Parts: sequence; structure tokens; C-alpha cells
Amino acid sequence: MIQTENLLHELIEKHGNTRDGLLPILQGVVAKENYLSEPRMVEIAKALNISSAEVYGTASFYTYLFTKPMGKNVIRVCKTISCKMAGKQEIIKAIEKTLKIKVGETTRDKNFTFIETNCLGWCHKGPVMIINDEVYPEITPERAVEILCEMDPKHLSKF
Amino acid sequence: MKTSELKKVDIIFDCVQCAPIEVVKKSLAMHPDEIIEQIISSGLRGRGGAGFPTGLKWKLAKEEVSDQKYVICNADEGEPGTFKDREILDLVPNKVLAGMAICAYVIGATEGFIYLRNEYNFLLKKLIPTLENFNKNLQEIGLDFTIKLFSGSGAYICGEESALFESMEGKRGEPRNKPPYPTRNGYKGKPTVINNVETLVYCNMIMRIGVEPFKQLGTKDSRGSKVFSVSGDTTKAGIYELELGIGVDEFVNEFGNGDTKAVQIGGASGFCVPRKDFANKIIGFEGVPTGGSMMIFNSSRSMYNILKDYLEFFVEESCGQCTPCRVGTQQLLKGIEAVKHGEMPSSYLNQLMKLSETMKVASKCGLGQSVPNAFSSIVKNFKEEMIY
Ligand SMILES: Cc1cc2nc3c(=O)[nH]c(=O)nc-3n(C[C@H](O)[C@H](O)[C@H](O)COP(=O)(O)O)c2cc1C
Ligand code: SF4
Ligand code: FES
Repeated sequence: MIQTENLLHELIEKHGNTRDGLLPILQGVVAKENYLSEPRMVEIAKALNISSAEVYGTASFYTYLFTKPMGKNVIRVCKTISCKMAGKQEIIKAIEKTLKIKVGETTRDKNFTFIETNCLGWCHKGPVMIINDEVYPEITPERAVEILCEMDPKHLSKF
Repeated sequence: MKTSELKKVDIIFDCVQCAPIEVVKKSLAMHPDEIIEQIISSGLRGRGGAGFPTGLKWKLAKEEVSDQKYVICNADEGEPGTFKDREILDLVPNKVLAGMAICAYVIGATEGFIYLRNEYNFLLKKLIPTLENFNKNLQEIGLDFTIKLFSGSGAYICGEESALFESMEGKRGEPRNKPPYPTRNGYKGKPTVINNVETLVYCNMIMRIGVEPFKQLGTKDSRGSKVFSVSGDTTKAGIYELELGIGVDEFVNEFGNGDTKAVQIGGASGFCVPRKDFANKIIGFEGVPTGGSMMIFNSSRSMYNILKDYLEFFVEESCGQCTPCRVGTQQLLKGIEAVKHGEMPSSYLNQLMKLSETMKVASKCGLGQSVPNAFSSIVKNFKEEMIY
């Protein structure tokens, strides 16, 4: 709890306690805690002197501002047409099989959340996967599995 | 037409030894009106999609009287099939910053922002130090202007200028009514110039190489060159700077692999050009406009699947604020599925076309207004594929 207060304090110090600081503050919390819990949103609302409904309403608009618990690592695979034509479905299958979850789900140990997204801006090098901020263009199913196993060797043994 | 005739241009990424800050310095020696005059006479139009004349935009913002003005670089690049702004920011960021600084000098702004889509956060590692350095250089040459970064949070609609301001103000990215336009009432209600990444580089380059070399390229309505993002069924996927006003046939000759059935120009919001029209359509504001997205489709591809993909994109990315767009996108998607599955007669497609035309006039922003582009051009040209 103490730590959280520090985090919020730091973020407000950096981005100010006015409304235009809201997005950077929310991003900062997600970066540290993976998602925006209800108590956290209430605290932020208080600090910025706006209603918590406003904070929730704003956060829920944006796909990067999770309002539900997410895995420590977020895997995104582009599902838009150029990547579809380049074989993104094979990547999806490989990831699902390795992590034993479906698109949209989180592994039980909360290490990975796997989502499909719209165009990620790498269409000439599809299919593309992004884990957190790291980009993997021209990914193959084999390479995707390899990367996941490097991040969490547990999946290696099961595969 | 021989492929070798397609003129490649090297303005955006050229690496002549001339620090962009030097171009800013040179511009500071000119009167702001003189700079506006040059940008206007170059014929440069916005490269973000809408194609508004850049010089005029700057002029309008300059004429506003205000205690504060802003310059914003739109790096939210989210149109399916576009990836050139990422490359520009990665390879020649200083040219973008210089374009912003020249604009700031012209309109009298002291603060600027780059609105970077969250998916491009990996660029920050290089971009932040570049920015800090550039800000320092600006102080040294005596321009009171500071550029900051603002990260998006994953919403295509935030590329729409007024939604982008809302987002920067800490709100949901819902587009505003227009007018008033950003040059009067932009970020925080202040006069704001918002330009695409590529537009800003051209401004910088026009100040460096002069109006003539730029103006010699392109056509009367589409002066200069443009950076294209090429993907799909091609062995040459990538980023290319080409003259505006080239024929779709010239483009296909260069980039197609011999079996091109259609080219989607301008992404999901753009138009589909079928093979029979390759020879009589040109790429540019008087023909088929584009923010740079060029997706090539071979005969093996199902145009139904492609249209469905675009509609799913719009259903997800519509901000939901206005009914024609929120409900319209869903109905169009359900509608083509129903026709495909034989639940509705093929004549239902005509009704859907009418619905899409209604969206064009009744939607509040460019997202809903441009859904009919892809819809009509695909349904009209590939009707059999929609039915069977
Ligand atoms: C739904 C929608 C998304 C847009 N996305 C972008 C974008 O990602 N980048 C961009 O520069 N312009 C985008 N625009 C256009 C902007 O609203 C604006 O016209 C542009 O940034 C102006 O810059 P320019 O005149 O230099 O093109 C979008 C427009 C709409 C309607
Ligand atoms: S047209 Fe669509 S995206 Fe634009 S304001 Fe209306 S609902 Fe939102
Ligand atoms: S279509 Fe996948 S990155 Fe653009």
C-alpha cells in the first residue's frame, strides 16, 4: 500500500494534478501494476479532484488502459488484413498451444495475457507480434514459441 | 509502360550533410509571412489523409491572436496498411522536429507535442534523447519553443485531430464538432497547428531545397512527392517515396507480381481500385487520395474477406459517439454476412449501399464519413464475390 501511494505521488509530481495529466498517470499505473484497480482509480480521482466515474469512463475508452487484471507480459498479434495474408493465424495457433490459453485470456500464473489487435504499423513485415513494447516483425510460429519459452522456460517442458 | 519509368524520389530520407537545425536557423532569418508564402506556393497539402493545404493552415493559425498557441505532430499512424511515419521518426526524427520548430516560429507557438501511438513506444529510447538535444539546440539559436512527447493509449480514432486534443486533455478520444477548426480552437481551446509527421518533414525540406524542386514533381492538384507504405501481394513490400499523380497501372507494374486483382488505396478508409480501372485512375488528390497505404491483392484473395476485415476494424474503432457510425458500421458488417450466407437476397446489398451513403452525410467525423469509400468501391466492383 505504502508503495502504491509512492507511485501515485511520483506520477502526480511528474504529470501534475490537473486533468491533462490523467492519461500519463493512468499509463504510469498500468506500467507498474499491469492494470487499473478500482481503489486505484478512486485514489486518482481524488487526487485530480474529478469523479471516479470520469476516471473509469476515460480509462475504459483506451485499449492500453486495462481495467481488469492482466498478465505481467502482454502479447499482441496483429490481426489486420496484410498480416492475415502473411499468415498471422499460424502465429496465433502456436501461441495458444504453447501458453494453453485462447486469444483474450491470461495464463493462470498471470505471466502472460494474449490479445489480437488491429494494424500495428508493420504490414510490410507481417505477421508481427509485440510483447510489452518489444516488436517482433516477420515472426514465424517457431520463433514465437522460442521467444515465449525464453521468457518463461516452464512452457518449454510442456511443449 | 516500362517499370523503369516510375520515378523514385529521395527527399524525405535524403542524407545530405545539412543538420535540420541549420534549416530552422535559416528560417528564423526570414519573415514568417515569407515562409507561409513559400509553403503556399509549393502547393504542399497534408500527408495525413485529408490533404488540407499546409501553408494556408499555418497562415490561419498565425492570424489568430492568442496568449498561447500549439504545434502538434500527429504520429498516431493507425490506418491499416500505413507504417511510413514510424520509419520517418526512426530514421530522420530531426527533420520532423525542425518542421515543428519552423511552424512554431511562423505562428508564434512556444510549446509543441508529438502525439505518438502507444504501439510505437519502442521508438522512445532513441527519440527522447534526440528531442532533448534538439530542444537545447533551439534555445541556443534563440527560438523559444519546446517540444514534448505524449503517448497515446491505443485508439485509432485519436488520430482524428479533435479526438487527439481530447485525448491530450485527459478525456475519452471522442471527436468534437467542427467548426471551430483547430487553427482557432485546438488543444486546450487554443489556436493549434496539427500536421502529420511527413507533412512536417516536407515543410523542413521545402525551406532547405527551395520551392522549385518540390513543385516540379506531381500534378497541379497534387504537388510534390509522398511516402507510400506498400504491403500485401507483392515481393517489394516496404516504404517508397514516389511522385504524386502516377497512374495506378504504373504502380501495379512496379509493385504487383503479375496477378494483381485490386489495390486498396488509403487503407480501410480509402478506395478499392479494381484491375479494369488501373489504367484510368491516378494516385493523388484529384484521383484516388491516400495517406500512403497501398495494399495489393492478387486474384486468389476473397474481396468479401477483405471488406469484412475492414468493417470489423471500423466496428471496433468507431468511438460510438454518434448513431449513424456506431450502428451503421455494425449493420453493414451483419448485412454482408447475411447476404453471403444466403439469409438475405443479393438485392439487399443496394440497401446497404444506401445506408453507407447516409453514413457519409450523417456521421460526425471522418471515420464514419469514410466507411462508404471502401464499402461502395468493393461492393460495386466485386458484387459476385459478395454473394457467392
Ligand atoms: C479516423 C481518423 C484517423 C486519423 N488518423 C490520422 C493519423 O493517424 N495521422 C495523421 O496524421 N492524420 C490522421 N487523421 C487526419 C487528422 O485528423 C488531420 O487531418 C491530420 O493530422 C492533419 O495533418 P496534415 O494536414 O499534415 O495531413 C485521421 C483522421 C481521421 C478521421
Ligand atoms: S463518426 Fe464514428 S468515430 Fe466519428 S464521432 Fe461518430 S461514432 Fe465517433
Ligand atoms: S496489417 Fe498487421 S501490422 Fe499492419
